[in-house]
Amino acid sequence: MKWTRRDLLKGLGGLPILGAVWWAGASTTVGKRRARSAILEQLNIQPSLPPAVPGISGDPVRVGIIGFGIRGEQLCRSLGFATKEWTEDMKLEVQENPNNKGLEDFMNQEKLNVHLAGVCDIFDYRAEKALRSFGTDDNKIKRYSTYQEMINSGEIDAVVIATPDHWHAPMAIYALNNGVHVYVEKPMTHTVAETYELRKAAQNSEAVFIVGHQHRQTLSFGTARDIINKGTLGHVSLIQTNTNRNDDNGAWNYEIMEEASPTTIDWQQFLGSAPQIPFNKNHFFRWRKWWAYGSGLSGDLLTHDYDRLNCVLNMGIPESVMASGGVYAHNDGRNVPDVMQVNMEFPNFSTGSSQVKGKEKGMTFCYSATLGNGFNRPTILMGHDGTMELGNRLTIWPDGGSTRYATMLEEGKMSPGVPIYQYNPGANSPDAVSSATSQYFADKGLMWTYIDGKRVDSTFLHMREWLSAIKNGGKVSCGIKEGFEEAIAAHMAGLSWKLGKRIEWDTQTETIKPIEGINFDEVLLSNEMVRTDFIRVS
Amino acid sequence: MEKNPKIEISVTILRVLIGWHFLYEGIVKMYNPDWTAFGYLASAQGPFKSIFTAMANESIIGWVDTLNMVALIVVGVTLLLGIFEKVGALVGIGLLGMYYLSHPPFPGLTQLNVEGNYWLVNKNLIEIAALVLLFYFPTGHKFGIKNVRKQNLVSNEMD
Repeated sequence: MKWTRRDLLKGLGGLPILGAVWWAGASTTVGKRRARSAILEQLNIQPSLPPAVPGISGDPVRVGIIGFGIRGEQLCRSLGFATKEWTEDMKLEVQENPNNKGLEDFMNQEKLNVHLAGVCDIFDYRAEKALRSFGTDDNKIKRYSTYQEMINSGEIDAVVIATPDHWHAPMAIYALNNGVHVYVEKPMTHTVAETYELRKAAQNSEAVFIVGHQHRQTLSFGTARDIINKGTLGHVSLIQTNTNRNDDNGAWNYEIMEEASPTTIDWQQFLGSAPQIPFNKNHFFRWRKWWAYGSGLSGDLLTHDYDRLNCVLNMGIPESVMASGGVYAHNDGRNVPDVMQVNMEFPNFSTGSSQVKGKEKGMTFCYSATLGNGFNRPTILMGHDGTMELGNRLTIWPDGGSTRYATMLEEGKMSPGVPIYQYNPGANSPDAVSSATSQYFADKGLMWTYIDGKRVDSTFLHMREWLSAIKNGGKVSCGIKEGFEEAIAAHMAGLSWKLGKRIEWDTQTETIKPIEGINFDEVLLSNEMVRTDFIRVS
Repeated sequence: MEKNPKIEISVTILRVLIGWHFLYEGIVKMYNPDWTAFGYLASAQGPFKSIFTAMANESIIGWVDTLNMVALIVVGVTLLLGIFEKVGALVGIGLLGMYYLSHPPFPGLTQLNVEGNYWLVNKNLIEIAALVLLFYFPTGHKFGIKNVRKQNLVSNEMD
C-alpha cells in the first residue's frame, strides 16, 4: 500500500483540530478554576455546619401556648402541631401551585418530644380551634382561661408566649418566677422598665428563657460571622438594612373575624394595663398598629434586622439612636409610623482593619422602612475591603479602594463588580413562597434555612434548641442578654421617633441617659405623639 | 446520490464545526468537577417538564452528568475525526433533542438563559437538522479516518 501526503492529510486532518479544541477547553477551564481557588484560599471562609443539639429524651416536655393567633399557630406547627384547617388549606394550595412545599416540609419535619398540653387564648374561637385540632388520645390538651391559671396548674413545664407585645413581659416574668420555661416572641418587652425586670427574673430563674428570633438558626449567618471575623470585609463603617412591604398583611391589616364579639372575647384581659377603651375589633385583630399594644416598625420589624446583625457582629446596644418617619402610607387610624428611618451609632465598634491602626473605628447601622413599597432592598454591610449582601444567600464583592485586595485588584485577579464569594446553601432547592410577606421574610433568611440542601423551618430549629436546653441544659442562641439588647435598641428607636430627639445609652450604668421632664415609659406607651416640633398623630 | 465536490466540502466543514462545538462543551465539563446539569434540568419547562425534573434527582444526577459529558465528547470526536460519524450524528440528535424539549421555545413559556428571541425554532433545532444531514451525507471517507481505512481496503484488495 502507498499513501500520499494528501491521503494522510485527508485521513488524519481532524486530529490536530481535536487536539487544539481539547487543549483550549482544558486550559480555559483549569485556569478559571485555579484563579477561583486562589481567591477562595486567600479568603479561607468556612461555611457553618448545621446546629447539633443533644436529643430531647425522657418524658415529653409539656408545653402550653399562650396566644393562638397567626403567630401562635405558626409556632405550634414548628412544634409539630398543625390545625385541621391549615392542613386542608395547604392541600388546596398544593393543587394550585405544586411548588408550594409548606405541607411537605411540615410532614417531613422531625418530631419533637413534646406534649402540647394547654392553650390559653381569650378568644373562644381560637382556643376551641386549638382544642379541636390538637386534642387526641395521645395528646390531651386543656384550655386555661388565664395565663396564671396555666402556669400555676403544675401540668405545664414550658410556655410559648405569642400575645400582643404589652403582655410579653408580664407573662414571661410570671412564668420564670414560677420555674416555668419561656419562649417569648419579639420584641421581648413593651417598655424600658419591663426590660430590666424581665432580665432580673430570667437571671434569677432556673427555667430556660429564649426570645423568638429564630433567624439565629440560619446557617448563612454563621458563615457571615466567619467572614467578618476573618477580616474579609475590613472595617465595616455602614450597615444598611430595610423593610419593604406593600400589602395588607405586611401593613398589619389582618382579617377581622366574624366570630369576634364581646361574648367570645375576654376584652378586659386583652387590654390588661393598656388604656381602658370599649370593645374594639379593629384593635383586637390589628393591635400592631397602636402603641398601646404593639411597638410599631421599631419593635416589630427593626428588631428582626437589628438582631440579625447583632447575631453576626455582636455589636450590642447602640450608643445613640435617632429616628424619623410618620404615618405616610396607611392613614387608617393607626398611630405607629409606617415609614421609619432609624440611625444607630456605634462609635467604638470595629470589625477589624486592614489599614494603619486607629484610622478606622465606629459604625452606623441604618434601618430604613416603608410599608408603602415592596421593592426588595437587600441588607448590605459596607466595609473598606468589601461589601456583603446578607440573607439566606451571601454575596461578597471586593471594594475598588480596598487595601487588603489592592494587589489582586491591580493584577486583574479581582474586579469590584464581580463577587469573590457566594454562599447559597439552598442552591439545589428552588423556592416557592405564597405571599408577599412571606417573600419578605424568606429573602432575609428569617423563615427557613437549608441543611444538606433541604429546607428546614428555622423556628423549628429554634424551638428544638430551647427544648433541648430544657432537658439537657446548655445555652440558647437568643437568651436574656441578646433579648435585653434587642429590646433596649428597639425602645431607643421608638422613643427617638416619638420625642424627635437623640436617645443615648450609658454603657457604664447600662441605662438610657435621662432627659429632663421625660418619663420614657409614659412616652413609649402613649398613643399620642409627644413631640411638639412635628406633625401630630393621634 | 450524485456527489458534487462543492457540496461535499461544505458538508465536511459543517461536520467539523459541529464536532468542534460538541467537543468543546464536553471538555469544559470534563475539566470542571463542579459542573452539573442540575440547574438546567430543575428549571425545565414545557410538556416534558416532569421527566427532566426527575432526571435532576439527587440519586441519578451524577450519572446524568457523566453520560451527558461522555456523549458530548463522543459526538465531538466522531465528527471531527470522521469515524463512526453516523453514530455520532445520531447521539448528537438525541442530546440536542433533549435540550430542545427540556427548554422548548414554545409560546407562553418563559425563556431562561437564552440570548436572542425564538418561536418554536431555536439553534438546537437547527443543529438537529444539520446533524440529520450529516447522518445521510457521510464525508468521513473524504476527510477523516475513513479515508485512511478506505485506502487500507483498497491496498488490501491490491495485494
